[in-house]
Amino acid sequence: MKRKSFPWHIVVFLAPAVIVYSLFMVFPLIDSLRLSLYTTLPNGTEIYNGLGNYQTLFNDPLLAPRLWGAIKNNIIFFVIHMVVQNSIGLFLASLLSSTFIKGRAIYRTLIFTPTVLSVVLVGFIWRLILSPLWGISGDFLALFGVKNQPWLGLVDTALPVLSLVSVWQYVGIPMMLFLATLIAIPDEIVEAARVDGAGAWIVFWRVKFPLILPTVGIVAVLTFVGNFNAFDLIYTTQTALAGPEFSTDLLGTLFYRTFFGFQLQPGSPTMGATVAGVMFLIILAGVLVYLFGWQRRLLKMEIEL
Amino acid sequence: MTVTRPKDIQFGRIFQTVAAHAALLIYTGIALFPIVLVLINSVKSRTAIFKTPYALPSPINFDPVGYQTVFERASFPGYFLNSAIVTFGSLIFIFFAGTMAAYALSEYRFRGNTLMGLYLSLGIMIPIRLGTVSILRLMKALGLVDTLFGLILVYTAMGLPLAIFVLSQFMRQVPKDLKDAARVDGASEYRIYSLVLPLVRPALGTVMVFNMIPIWNDLWFPLILAPSERNKTVTLGAQSFLGQYVSDWNAVLASLTLSAIPVVILYIVFSRQLIRGLTAGAVK
Repeated sequence: MKRKSFPWHIVVFLAPAVIVYSLFMVFPLIDSLRLSLYTTLPNGTEIYNGLGNYQTLFNDPLLAPRLWGAIKNNIIFFVIHMVVQNSIGLFLASLLSSTFIKGRAIYRTLIFTPTVLSVVLVGFIWRLILSPLWGISGDFLALFGVKNQPWLGLVDTALPVLSLVSVWQYVGIPMMLFLATLIAIPDEIVEAARVDGAGAWIVFWRVKFPLILPTVGIVAVLTFVGNFNAFDLIYTTQTALAGPEFSTDLLGTLFYRTFFGFQLQPGSPTMGATVAGVMFLIILAGVLVYLFGWQRRLLKMEIEL
Repeated sequence: MTVTRPKDIQFGRIFQTVAAHAALLIYTGIALFPIVLVLINSVKSRTAIFKTPYALPSPINFDPVGYQTVFERASFPGYFLNSAIVTFGSLIFIFFAGTMAAYALSEYRFRGNTLMGLYLSLGIMIPIRLGTVSILRLMKALGLVDTLFGLILVYTAMGLPLAIFVLSQFMRQVPKDLKDAARVDGASEYRIYSLVLPLVRPALGTVMVFNMIPIWNDLWFPLILAPSERNKTVTLGAQSFLGQYVSDWNAVLASLTLSAIPVVILYIVFSRQLIRGLTAGAVK
């Protein structure tokens, strides 16, 4: 009998993807972590520096406040998304999943529109809307008796307002994910609860909500990764300086400035890689918490039930 | 058999329906108002933009000066072409490399299959941006800095993990009999791969649309890898144009509209695939 020849076709099938993915994604990620352990000498050569860059980043009187500030702002950015974006998304999804409402597909498509626009367009559109010069935001706030202000120019309001702009853009994603889960809930379960006398409110919290918990986890981790990697919106509306007074500085803008330099500070690839290393650790921690904390707990709950 | 509902339950239903429509209408308004406002004001005169921002365009306030400025000062047709090349090129690469790898993972039991699947899906959660410092070095070494091809390679690497993950799930569902029948007929493995492709067409559509929008909209990599005027994509072109002409309201509104139109058209054409992808498997 003929011996089975080496399965070259498997190699051929895998090769293009494995090569491009390894060369342009895996290698740069690992190499960037390696670079974060090196420092650049004034003559341009790079020497091994251990965790020295990380120490500098966390302790240097000029760099440390920027890093901590960016981490703090990023946490605020994330919390606003979690609370506002994901609860509006869930609310809209629960409305869109009610079968007695007509035109659900149209609402769904229209509400999702901002999500497909580029962040650059969204940033500029809202810069115009919020501009005191045009006064559109003023007209609307006047309806609620709120005085218009240069929202993007004030230290206290710039970050929350930009977070809400980002929420406005991305609310479609949690909405769709929650909608998919809600639609998948069998009618019998809901009917059974109704027959037992449960109202819509109780049905939602006691019957549907436990069933969408896995989606809450997915939405949370997607929001986390997206937020701790955000850059475009701040760069577009506030430039890489993330003004006023760094009040909108996120890790993404800090990474960009550290890598390319700004004003008087020259850029440094190795320090840039160090900021990316910090972002990598934060994102990795978030993903691990989701995989091992959240999913395992859900599994335990299912077993107990 | 129909059961007549008591009056108050019927009233409750009507009230619920009205309230739900009201909430959805209000939110749809919030989602669309800023976009519509930009669109209608982009063809109005400067005075009209400020005096009557909510008025629809009409012969009284019509003024295309914004579009004239955009076409004179920036090469938006060039930007569109670059974006189209980068997006379309990346999608073709993702299509071939992605379907081939997904086919190998789903069809053959070879040693290291699971490990390979895991390796290829690592990139789903880790953003490729974090490797930017090394990507820039690599592109310099390969002589691909400031080329559209460099962008295509990065976006292909970025899109592959999720594409392979989703496609291999779908390819596993293709019945084995079908492929075995083809094998008996003497078809090569490559021929069978080409037979499987049409069977996963819905998943392919979703994967392509899913990759298309982030690639078209990306600012980060065009800004860092291909920032020259010749290679600017629409997103970067709009970004730098807007930054420069920030006080020329007509030009700003016109360039915003121009750069939004292609995405909105793509969205209208592909919204079914996109939404089906987001609600994958759940909508029966």
